[in-house]
Parts: sequence; structure tokens; C-alpha cells
Amino acid sequence: MREVAPQKNRMEKGGVQKIGRFSYSMKRLYDSRYLYLMILPVITYFFIFHYLPMYGLTIAFKDFNAYKGIMDSPWVGWKHFRAFFESHFAWRLVRNTILINLYDLVVGFPVPIVLALLINEVKGNSLKKSVQTIVYMPHFISVVVICGMLISFLSPSTGMINHLIEMFGGRPIHFLADPKWFRTIYILSGVWQSAGWGSIIYLAALSGIDIALYEAATVDGATEWQKIIHVTLPGILPTMIIMLILRMGSMFTVGFEKIMLLYSPLTYETADVISTYVYRKGILDANYSYTTAIGLFNSVINFIALLLFNNFSRKVSKTSLW
Amino acid sequence: MSSAKASKIKESSGERTFYFIVVLILVFVCIIVLYPLIHVVSVSFSSPYAVMANEVGILPKGFNTEGYHRVFANQDIWRSYKNTIFYTVVGTCINVALTAAGAYPLSRQDFYGRKLWTVYFTITMFFGGGMVPTYLLIQRLNLVDTFWVMILMGAVSTWNMVIMRTFFQNNIPMSLQEAAIIDGANDLRIFFRIVIPLSAPILAVMTLFYGVGHWNEFFNALIYLNDRARYPLQLILREILLQNTLNAKMAEGLGSAGEQEFIGESIRYATIVVATVPILMVYPFLQKYFVKGIMVGAIKG
Repeated sequence: MREVAPQKNRMEKGGVQKIGRFSYSMKRLYDSRYLYLMILPVITYFFIFHYLPMYGLTIAFKDFNAYKGIMDSPWVGWKHFRAFFESHFAWRLVRNTILINLYDLVVGFPVPIVLALLINEVKGNSLKKSVQTIVYMPHFISVVVICGMLISFLSPSTGMINHLIEMFGGRPIHFLADPKWFRTIYILSGVWQSAGWGSIIYLAALSGIDIALYEAATVDGATEWQKIIHVTLPGILPTMIIMLILRMGSMFTVGFEKIMLLYSPLTYETADVISTYVYRKGILDANYSYTTAIGLFNSVINFIALLLFNNFSRKVSKTSLW
Repeated sequence: MSSAKASKIKESSGERTFYFIVVLILVFVCIIVLYPLIHVVSVSFSSPYAVMANEVGILPKGFNTEGYHRVFANQDIWRSYKNTIFYTVVGTCINVALTAAGAYPLSRQDFYGRKLWTVYFTITMFFGGGMVPTYLLIQRLNLVDTFWVMILMGAVSTWNMVIMRTFFQNNIPMSLQEAAIIDGANDLRIFFRIVIPLSAPILAVMTLFYGVGHWNEFFNALIYLNDRARYPLQLILREILLQNTLNAKMAEGLGSAGEQEFIGESIRYATIVVATVPILMVYPFLQKYFVKGIMVGAIKG
């Protein structure tokens, strides 16, 4: 009969092993055969679409030639990395990537938290549900539509924002052609789209806070505001930290789609980030090895940032991803 | 948080002010969220002249469905709509099936190699090949410009698999499964007869997540598809909305070039509405499911 509870070793009462370790492992493998049947397609999928491309990363160190294939392309070591860092692009790309992420962090990270706190304070159930329904909506709108809306609203001739400006006596601003405005537009529209959805996780954490703590605070005479600072915020602190760590893990990556839809050569100065550059030079210009090197550099520093921040957080707050 | 009822302490005016401010801010937030959407809808129904003159606020001015007529007459839009529906339906079925098939073994403590495979999947969340190596792989596999690439890319998301695994672990009692094992059932039967029927909420959530993902899919189509006949909705949208390619056919029949330009805005907004309304219609009904789903997955996962 099958064992359901796993045991590390099977020593019979007299200390005599009935079967060897290897056979034991084989038996356990056999017991799991149906589970393996189920999970095999998924394992295969991941191997093909996630792990095989990792092997393709080696072309970052080679001069990839499509005819020779990956194996036979000549090895060139750090040549592409050097080329990237010595080009005047590297600084601009990295700077834009980090700045956009930093502003997004400062502006966009607190908003879902504040929103969750506000929603949590609402007493009527129907008001609460209505607000939530409304606020989650933008998340489901595609990035193409969002950018389409942005382009229309920000149009210098027919856009509603410029219409507002003109009403107040100003001159219309050509927002999307001006590098100075790009980050603001990108980040604020991002907040508009994702703040509601992002608040879900905090609302979930809020529902996990012990009611008794609130009651104790009331007994102690705390006002709503004080309750928020002393009970609620500490209660969701672990969640906030985890979300922050995850955010840090993509500090050097900026989503490609929205930038690609909104930018233009006029705004490359502030808008061009690592991923869009890789797209232009790699996919469009087929500069494969060079851009793979850049992509690899990107992944590695992201990973390092994640590790560093995770360890830092573990030391400081005892909350961490692992 | 209705502690105000438990104690008989009357709300001070300070408390009431606080609450008033909270509600005020939330109402303001809702307005900010809703106004652009309502504006888009009402512009789409307005006369082009009113649009250009910026007279449209919340309500349409000069009710006019010309924009919609032209959108519906556009063959590209219909074809890409069909494509998107196909990709979404087929893709989502595969997604949910594979994700469940992957999540269930991971949820079983007695799955041999559980730790190994968990690490195997988790690594891909943090590290991967990247844009170019993946593109080269797809080329090698001859999947470029096929409908397969739209279905297979992103077939299983590790994040979703973790959420599902957590759901299985917390909501399907192991005792139930053990009883079935003792009765002689194998794991497949347990999965199909016990686990799936009990998993309706999480399956609904996953269907919504993956479904919306497919509907809004843009990046993969952009990179991997070349034949216009296979374009999903979002790519056609991009042409219309962002590249200002006012299809000559769409503006046909209009008198002056000025009128052509005017109708352009109405067409743009009508297109946005046509593309987004399906999702926004479906979403409120499924809202309670996915909020629960995230709560399950996020806290524990």
C-alpha cells in the first residue's frame, strides 16, 4: 500500500533496513508517477521557453552568426560589453532606467498603500465595494488603449489637457514631444492605471490584522488617525517590505511596451531605456550578440540588486523574501 | 472596524471630520479614474465638429454614431477581433489546464522531488534569457509568424502557478485525498474527481487573469507576427491610435480633408470603446472571485 506521509529513512524496529536507500527513492518516484505525468508538460514547457534561452545568453560572449549557429560562432569574450560601456548610450540608458524607476517608486509605491488605508476606513459595505470596483477598472485596460488615450488627451490641438491650459490663459504644450515631460506622463499614467489594483494586496493584508488590537486601542482612547499609525501601519509593514523588495528586484528594468508606444526620437533623451534600446538594436536591427550582452548585464544587476536589498531587509527588519 | 458600535462612546466631531475627509478623497479618486473613461465614451458618440471645438465634457454633444459606423466597417478590426477571441479562448484553456497540472503536484507534500522542481520554477521568476535569446529560439523552432507563438508564449506563469499551489494546499484537505488513496484511487482520479470540483474559485480567477492577458496581448504579437492576417486586436489598435494611419477606406465618403481629420478623432475614440468594452463588461461579475484569489495567493505565497 502506498505511503502518504513521507519518511526520511525506513528503519524497522530492530534497526535493520528492509530496503536500500536507492530502491527506496525509486519506490517513492514510482509512487509519484501520476503526478509526474501531470507536471511533465509544464516542466518541458519551462525547459524549452525559459531554460533554453538561458543557453542562448552565451552569444553575448560570441560574435553570433546565424549560419554557424550558437555552438560554432566565434568566442569574443567581453567585447560586446566593452563596446556598450564605451558607447555614449550606456550612461543615458542606465540613467533613464534608474530615474524612471526611482520616481515611480517615490510616487507610485505609496499610492496603493494610502488607497488601501482609505478604503479600509470606509464603513458602508456598498460604498466600499463600489469604490473598489471603480478603482480596479483601469488595470484591465490594455496598454495600447491607455497610450491612445494619452495621445488624444495630450494633443496640442484637440487634447483636453491643453484645452484646460488654454482656458486658464496658457499656451498649449506639446507634451509628447518634450523630453522634460516624459517621465511625469509615464509615471502618473502608470499610477492611474495600477494604483487601484495594487491596493488589493494591501487590503488583503489589512484584513489579516487582529481586531483585538483595534479594540485595545479604542479602549486606550486612540483616535482613528492614531489607530492608523500605531496599529494599521505596523500590521501591514511586512507586506510593504516584501513588495518593496520585489520592486527593487526590477530596479534596472522598465516595462518596454508603454515606453515604446509613447516615445519618439524627440524624447529619446529621457525616454530611451535599456529594454527599448535592446528592441531597436536587437530585434529591429538584428544586432543580436551586442544586445544580448546588454540584456545579460541588465538581468545580472537586477538580480544583484534583489539579493542585496533582500539581505539588507533581513538584517534590518527580519522580513525578507527568503 | 466597527468598534464604534462596541463601545458606547459617541463619535467626536474630530472623528466625523476625519471620516468626511476620507470619503471626500475617495470620491475624488473615483472621479479621476472615471472621468477619462466617460469622456472617451461620450466623445465617441459626439459630432466631430463638437469634438474639434472641445465642447465635449461628460455628455456627448451632437449625438453621432458616424465614428462607430466606420469602425464597424473596417475589415481589419473584425479580423483582428476574431483572432484575439481565438487566441484568448484557446490560450486561456491551455493556460489554466497547464497551470493546474503544474500546481497540483507541487502542492502535494509526498511528491518526490517537490523541492527540486519548486526551485526549478522559481528561478525563472528572477532570471531568464531575455528578449533576444528568446526571439532566436522562436526563430529556430519555426514558430515565428504562426498562431502557435501567440498561444505558447507565456503558457504558464510561475506566479499564477504559485497562487494555485497555495490554494490547493490551503483549501483541499489532505485527509480527503488520503481517504481517496486508501480507497485505491490514483493521483489523476484524485485530481479530476476531487481537486478540480473543489477549485472553482481559483479556476475562475486564473481564467480571468490569463484571459485578460491574452486580450490585451501586444508585445509578443509585435515581435513575432508579420502577417497582418494574424494580428490581434491590440496591434490593429496601435495602428489606428498611435500611428495615425487613418485607413483611407475609413474616411471614405467624407467631403473635405478637414472633415476627414475631424472624423479621425471620433473614430479613434470609438475604436477604444469597441476594444475595451468587452472586458469592462465581464469584469464586474468576476470581481469578487479574483479579489479573493489574490488574497489567497498573495498572503501565503
